Amino acid sequence: MIKRSFIGLTKPLLKYEALDVKTPEPSVIQPSKKVTLFLNKAFDFKDKILFNIGDNVKTGQKLSYNENSDAYVISTVTGTISSITPFNADYGKTYTAITIDVSENEEIDEQFSTFVKEPNIDTVKDRLAFIPGNLPAGLFPSTDTSPPIETIVISGVDRDLFITTNQHTVLADGKAIKHGVQILKQITGINNIIIVSSDHLMQDAGLTGAEVRIVDPVYPASLPHLIMRDLLGQVVPAGKSCEDLGVAFISAEAVASFGIAFSKGQIPVYKRLNFINKDGSSTPISARIGTPIRDILNAFDVTLNEKDRLIIGGPMTGTAVYSDDFPILPDTDAIMVQDRDNIPMVSDYPCINCGECIRICPANIPINMLVRFLEAGQYEEAAHQYDLYSCIECGLCSFVCVSKMPVFHYIKLAKYELGRITTAEATNA
Amino acid sequence: MLNHKKLIVSHAPFWHDGSSITVRSYHTMLAAMPAVLFGIFTYGMPALGVVSLSISFAIIWEFLINKITKRTVSIGDGNAALIGLLFAMLLPATSPWWLVITGTLVAVLIGKHIYGGIGGNPFNPVLIGFAILMVAWKDYFDFNEVLVNYDLGFAMVYPLAAAKHLGTSGIEAFSAMDLLLGQQSGGIGATFGIGLIIGGIYLIIRGFIRWEISVSFLAGVGVTALLFNMSDPSHYASPVFHLLTGYTLIGAFFLATEDSSSPVNFIPMLIYGAGAGLLTVLIRNIGSYVDGVVFAILLMNLINPLCDKIRPKALGKVV
Repeated sequence: MIKRSFIGLTKPLLKYEALDVKTPEPSVIQPSKKVTLFLNKAFDFKDKILFNIGDNVKTGQKLSYNENSDAYVISTVTGTISSITPFNADYGKTYTAITIDVSENEEIDEQFSTFVKEPNIDTVKDRLAFIPGNLPAGLFPSTDTSPPIETIVISGVDRDLFITTNQHTVLADGKAIKHGVQILKQITGINNIIIVSSDHLMQDAGLTGAEVRIVDPVYPASLPHLIMRDLLGQVVPAGKSCEDLGVAFISAEAVASFGIAFSKGQIPVYKRLNFINKDGSSTPISARIGTPIRDILNAFDVTLNEKDRLIIGGPMTGTAVYSDDFPILPDTDAIMVQDRDNIPMVSDYPCINCGECIRICPANIPINMLVRFLEAGQYEEAAHQYDLYSCIECGLCSFVCVSKMPVFHYIKLAKYELGRITTAEATNA
Repeated sequence: MLNHKKLIVSHAPFWHDGSSITVRSYHTMLAAMPAVLFGIFTYGMPALGVVSLSISFAIIWEFLINKITKRTVSIGDGNAALIGLLFAMLLPATSPWWLVITGTLVAVLIGKHIYGGIGGNPFNPVLIGFAILMVAWKDYFDFNEVLVNYDLGFAMVYPLAAAKHLGTSGIEAFSAMDLLLGQQSGGIGATFGIGLIIGGIYLIIRGFIRWEISVSFLAGVGVTALLFNMSDPSHYASPVFHLLTGYTLIGAFFLATEDSSSPVNFIPMLIYGAGAGLLTVLIRNIGSYVDGVVFAILLMNLINPLCDKIRPKALGKVV
């Protein structure tokens, strides 16, 4: 954990992990018995689903929910479906969790190879939503009213500290990214494709055929809103998304997965991620999407004790999970374990107005005032007067808070609650 | 899904930089130590008595208030102890016990807890306690009167009182070096200029107080005093004199910088500090009080919320 320096006058400097050019290929960890896939649709027992418990599936096979829904997953193993259950994630998201028992002989589903010759948007939408690196929904505007995407930004840098997934992809899979960029251009008709890279991988990024822009190696410079401001010169208005300005972000890993899928005729199933151990060391690994975290912990000989913390994602923006059954998802860039003795606790102390958060906030939000309103549940005032929607969700405010307030948590909660109010008002209107 | 270990689940971020209110309070107390120890060596046991009593009672009051209001006991954060220490630093060494006990009660209760405890106070609690006592029992704060039995080998006249009543002719005995080295009468922890400056610089480097406030406060005092001095050198003391006497230094590094009652944005911090400095000299030179630091900072505390409205535009803010 990075501590406050002795000289506290200066802001803390959180540097992104810079990938060494000589880094070996990540070690591959195979699922031991089963994988769990999250289908992005709430499970309803009354629904007639297109697959059943006991069905045999092949690697790369598409499992659609039902005829009325576009939702699907791509099986990442060959095996038998052993359970289909609803899964409630945080912030009210609901999924259908499909567990597949892995069989020993792997069979590759050949269906995708028939689409390879003529890549088009429908193929990508219908087959590649589950690729490693995640297919961003914003890449293909769903409604006609939303502005068209004019620029695609490929993140060759990683969003959080200790993660090297995208850097590794730029370094190792340059050719695949290049192919992916060509396909992106072909299927979307967008020629303005930019790759954002760190300084030391500039040359590798240049080989991909996209326009290279260099991002500062200090957190949180690689967050989309800051890339928009610093590298594209466009400030995203509060409450709007980058897509509203016609810019879509996609990870380098996803672009590489495109390239691999179309050149090999198989949908890639291995996700690059970092395992951040209890001692804070970060190791790049590769595992199939759906592999339970337990298998990764076992591979590293980590015992999970009562009151430890298990995190999907990096130290600043990740999500803590309840169980080591939780699988690796297409956008899981890191698995982090924290020992119970090493967990910084939040407190119920009020804000003492020291101003540390004000000085570190990259979005200039008056957090000292904002948090007072959020504590009192006055979300609308917070949004109107104190710039709640300017927040770019980097988590630095909570990191530096002297009172150890869960500032970031308050902000996310406020946005979520306001979102619910807006939705409710829209439906009742 | 059976026999699951219970993991801790919480919201991001999962790191913290390790700062805490406790660390802040204790380091501020540590930074005040040179000045306090000097005061104790100068004035002897009575000073030690006042300091100990003040710290103890600030903590006791805090504890009792926590119990009465049924809140978590918060004496561990060191804030009460800090209030006690700073309060004692302002007092003369001869202060009677009841004055210290009442003062800390006023500081902790009226200064801090009736606003909801730490972080809620619009005014510096120490200064609230001190100001109320100073208005109520004026005689106990007249340094010439209360320190009359001391002979410490330097002019035992309170420099600011001399400047006020006699003009610059009354303060010729005080050289800048003497004032810096604490060769002046005054509060227990407020006279040792070098000690306070070292403590202040330590706090600034460690990031526990903001240099903007300290520097602009001192600049405010200096510039205003210089203007007065230029207009009438025989009547108004030099800026150096104003900077090194009374509560100026302890005010700049320990009082004006109190977190809750001071601004957090850059320009407001400068306005706040400079305003307090200006008011200090105005009160000293043309007001009725001998020293103006206490009221000047309290007055600027008052405009703090307003002044903190001057802030940089948030990212993507649409006006």
